[in-house]
Amino acid sequence: MNHIAPKMTATGVNVFYGRKQAIRDVSIDVPREDVTAFIGPSGCGKSTFLRTLNRMNDTIPGARVEGDVRMDGEDIYARSMDVVQLRARVGMVFQKPNPFPKSIFENVAYGPRIHGLARSKADLTQIVERSLTRAGLWNEVKDRLSESGTALSGGQQQRLCIARAIAVDPEVILMDEPCSALDPIATAKIEELIHELRGRYAIVIVTHNMQQAARVSQRTAFFHLGQLVEYGDTSDIFTNPRQDRTKDYITGRYG
Amino acid sequence: MNKPVAPPAPAERRPTDWQTPAMQRRIRRRYAAERRFRLLGLAAVFLSAAFLLYLLATMIGQGASGFTETRIALPLDLRGRVVVNPARLNGAGADLALAGAGLENAVDAAANAAYPRQGGATLLSDGAWLRVRDAIKRDPALLRTPTTIDVPVASAIDMAYKDDGDAASEAAVAALRPHLSRELNRGFFAGSDATDPTRAGIWGALKGSLLTMIVTLGLAFPIGVLSALYLEEYAPRNRWTDLIEVSINNLAAVPSIIFGLLGLAVFLGTFHMPRSAAVVGGLTLALMTMPVIVIAGRNAITAVPPSIRDAARALGASPIQVVFHHVLPLALPGILTGTIIGMARALGETAPLLMIGMRAFIAAPPGKLTDPATVLPVQIFLWSDEVQKGFVEKTSAAIIVLLVVLLAMNGVAIYLRNRFETRW
Amino acid sequence: MSALALLFLIAALGLIGWIVARARALRFRASPTRRFSSLPQHHGWFVAMWTLLPALVFLGIWHVTAPALVTDAVIASPAAATLPPPGLDRAAILSEARNLANGDAYGAFHPMSETLAPLYAREQSRHDWTATAIALLLAFAGGALAFLRVRPGFSARTQVERVVMGLLLVASLIAILTTIGIIASLLVESARFFQIVPITQFLFGTHWSPQVIDARDPGASLGAVPLFWGTFFIGAIIAMAVAVPLGLMSAIYLTQYARHTTRRWMKPMLEVLAGVPTVVYGYFAALTVAPAVRDLGVALGIRWASSESALAAGVVMGVMIIPFVSSMADDSLSAVPAAMRDGSLAMGATQSETIRRVLVPAALPGVVGGVLLAVSRAIGETMIVVMAASGVASLTLNPFASTTTVTKQIVDLLTGEAEFDSAKTLAAFALGLTLFVITLLLNVVALIVVRRYRESYE
Repeated sequence: MNHIAPKMTATGVNVFYGRKQAIRDVSIDVPREDVTAFIGPSGCGKSTFLRTLNRMNDTIPGARVEGDVRMDGEDIYARSMDVVQLRARVGMVFQKPNPFPKSIFENVAYGPRIHGLARSKADLTQIVERSLTRAGLWNEVKDRLSESGTALSGGQQQRLCIARAIAVDPEVILMDEPCSALDPIATAKIEELIHELRGRYAIVIVTHNMQQAARVSQRTAFFHLGQLVEYGDTSDIFTNPRQDRTKDYITGRYG
Repeated sequence: MNKPVAPPAPAERRPTDWQTPAMQRRIRRRYAAERRFRLLGLAAVFLSAAFLLYLLATMIGQGASGFTETRIALPLDLRGRVVVNPARLNGAGADLALAGAGLENAVDAAANAAYPRQGGATLLSDGAWLRVRDAIKRDPALLRTPTTIDVPVASAIDMAYKDDGDAASEAAVAALRPHLSRELNRGFFAGSDATDPTRAGIWGALKGSLLTMIVTLGLAFPIGVLSALYLEEYAPRNRWTDLIEVSINNLAAVPSIIFGLLGLAVFLGTFHMPRSAAVVGGLTLALMTMPVIVIAGRNAITAVPPSIRDAARALGASPIQVVFHHVLPLALPGILTGTIIGMARALGETAPLLMIGMRAFIAAPPGKLTDPATVLPVQIFLWSDEVQKGFVEKTSAAIIVLLVVLLAMNGVAIYLRNRFETRW
Repeated sequence: MSALALLFLIAALGLIGWIVARARALRFRASPTRRFSSLPQHHGWFVAMWTLLPALVFLGIWHVTAPALVTDAVIASPAAATLPPPGLDRAAILSEARNLANGDAYGAFHPMSETLAPLYAREQSRHDWTATAIALLLAFAGGALAFLRVRPGFSARTQVERVVMGLLLVASLIAILTTIGIIASLLVESARFFQIVPITQFLFGTHWSPQVIDARDPGASLGAVPLFWGTFFIGAIIAMAVAVPLGLMSAIYLTQYARHTTRRWMKPMLEVLAGVPTVVYGYFAALTVAPAVRDLGVALGIRWASSESALAAGVVMGVMIIPFVSSMADDSLSAVPAAMRDGSLAMGATQSETIRRVLVPAALPGVVGGVLLAVSRAIGETMIVVMAASGVASLTLNPFASTTTVTKQIVDLLTGEAEFDSAKTLAAFALGLTLFVITLLLNVVALIVVRRYRESYE
């Protein structure tokens, strides 16, 4: 276990969609330099919980979040919190690659532009190159930056989305089943990328693929029916689960 | 064919024998019905198409000749008859100088001298001397040398030359045929309304339409797009929003003449805006077009996939940035298509404009938005009411122009739709 | 100062505000470590907004109230002491004086207005200068105050976006305003009409001849029943007799039978039919169809067949509505689940049997809703009946006879040279109100029917 203060802490979080409760009393710490995986059967609320960390649930009509979520001790649901700045600090990668229908360059440059992170054209170009390089995409696209981002293959699109998230220099990156729409080779590349990004950003990844969780994460949280069943070091969860439900899920009894 | 004995037990049924003559007949009958039904459908489509073609053919058949004018060769010797200081032939005073020097009378006299038995000056269009005037302005030497100029003839002669005149004019044409010619009627595109059909043109009405459409587009497009964005992207679900939606959907179905009544009562009655002005017409049509743009805009906006909005939001784009950087540009082709279709409808609209007085006789093209103006469809309506035969071809010709403009607009809309239609 | 120059000056102030604020915001952004919620141009827009908005709002209000203020000032002056007491005379003199002062008139009826004109001009220019000064002051003060708020921690973006959001809301309120405007103007004028003519006499009277109105009993010749009948006869009976079978069968053929390429050509053709302006249909009806219908009537032995018959107008209107009916039917038919059709075909039904016994009955509510919308459109249609129908109201069942409609009468009543307040022009608004209410009801009912139908298959 690390003893550094966690990057994000959630305490007693409940999420409601209208009258339906999707998350029940979840408390979790997101460590600063590790990859955290959320696993669980579909509909267990892991994606919903992920979206409370950058307040993407705000945009769903009827969604209501209770409880306390903090980043570096700062309450992200406080009135004074500018949700726009929060999302710049907590990046997100979605299940299906969703590049903007613009050029590759513009896709990556969009975030720095709206946040005013580049002071000059050269600065912006540098940010784009660095982000694409970190996302492991630079060598594949450096000669066709003006082509549309939607013309790339699925795996490349997803890495473009990661580059786009990196470009605004976030502190946390949330990944919502980033490989579920990709083939195994593309998946392997994304996983490799997550390894490389580890340490630089706090990464939270939702996955329904347990092998993937075991491969990429250091910490694993198991969700079931909107509750956090078990949370601990990945090695412990997979080799020595304390809860029966976790064991059943991991051994493939259901899910 | 029949089996010997059918047991009476109800539980057991013989399999249907499809080969019996009765069955065969029945199937044949059903197939015949099928063919009849199919033919009926085809006939309905063809009837609709035939009607359209007949309408177009009628308009083209009647209107094509409206683009031409008949001219008569007029021998002209203005020496001594029209005396103008050559210095005054340059610049703005030229028209006045020539008119003051009695050019019109001189032209009439020339016609009387050249064709005394066929009607003399009555052969000429009211605008014939203007043609001579313009020729002199181009070449002042005409005042000093005898020459022959082709000038437009009176409407009755024009019609007779186009094989649609009365007996007297037919006779005159028969005698004059070697001196007559048929040319493109440039005045039809350059002139305004006139009492003499040979002088009437559509430029005034076209310009009125243009000014009106500028006002309509300038108001309906931004308001329509902004409302569509608000309703689709931001509006909270409450009673107010419902009220706005119901309003818009109903406005789209309100008869256009009601908008005319609104314009009459509010813009003219309450705000005392000028009658017959393009600005009032534009305002009225804007209110009518706005709901069309809102509805088209909302459809285009909902077609933008939510994943794009999520992506922008997750990067920290504010709600306004999400919409103006991503949603609006992607929805724009669809919005534009809807706008063009709405504008085409407004351009063809007549009834509401009659209500606000745009049916006046406008002999000069409007210079600004508050000048009295008319629009092309109203001009068509006014000409269709004229008793003079010469206006029939002018009406149809104006209709052809209107239809060409509208077809072009719809063509652009269809092109936009096909070119930018994105499948997500 | 002319209004244009003032607007230009205010715009220039706004631009200066934008540039200065942006420059200031750029300077304090020098340290890259902190994140800022707003870009420099947001600060620019914030200041520009506060420079422009107060001044423009003030000018807008001023534009409406200033004439009254000027007039008050003129009346309060000693030179105006001899004005006649408030009434038409006084108003006439004042408006004449105003026109003289503005140079809109060259001479005056009343000698009084000649003396008041210079006074008017002076007051006007005084008020103009006041307004200019206040507007510029507001622009400057607004801009300066806003500029003082430009600090690193200040979220200019939120402020600017709030205004943009307000703009969006205002834009969407225009639809409500239009609806209110329509209802209010129709109601107000109709109310005045019903003071002259009892509403029952208007709605149930069977005699309509606005050309000769008896001043003592105007209602006797303003009974609208013949108009309602004529409108219904042309729009709902004759037009639908043409449009429904043709539109429905076209839709069936195009969706169920036609090959893809045929459909690609035929559908745009129907759209063209829908795009032809109504004035063209009207001209066509009056010029070609009406004489043909009259000849047909004469051939059938009806010697008095009218050249402004209900049949001619109705048939052309029906053709105009075909594409509308066809596209509504198209939507309804394609909303029927394919499984239903397949089920019928799988039992050995022929295609036409499937269409007639399964598809059309299933789609019927949608088709009926579409037809109701088409009726609402037909009875609101104006130009065809203005050009091809008669102006004489009659209660007749004969399609070869002449009839008139509500819309035709509205146009006829309002395009004469009558003054705005006569029973005739007010009657047009009462007709308009009736038309509005009926089309509204038809639309609402149709939309409910169509929606129920859609929901039943979702």
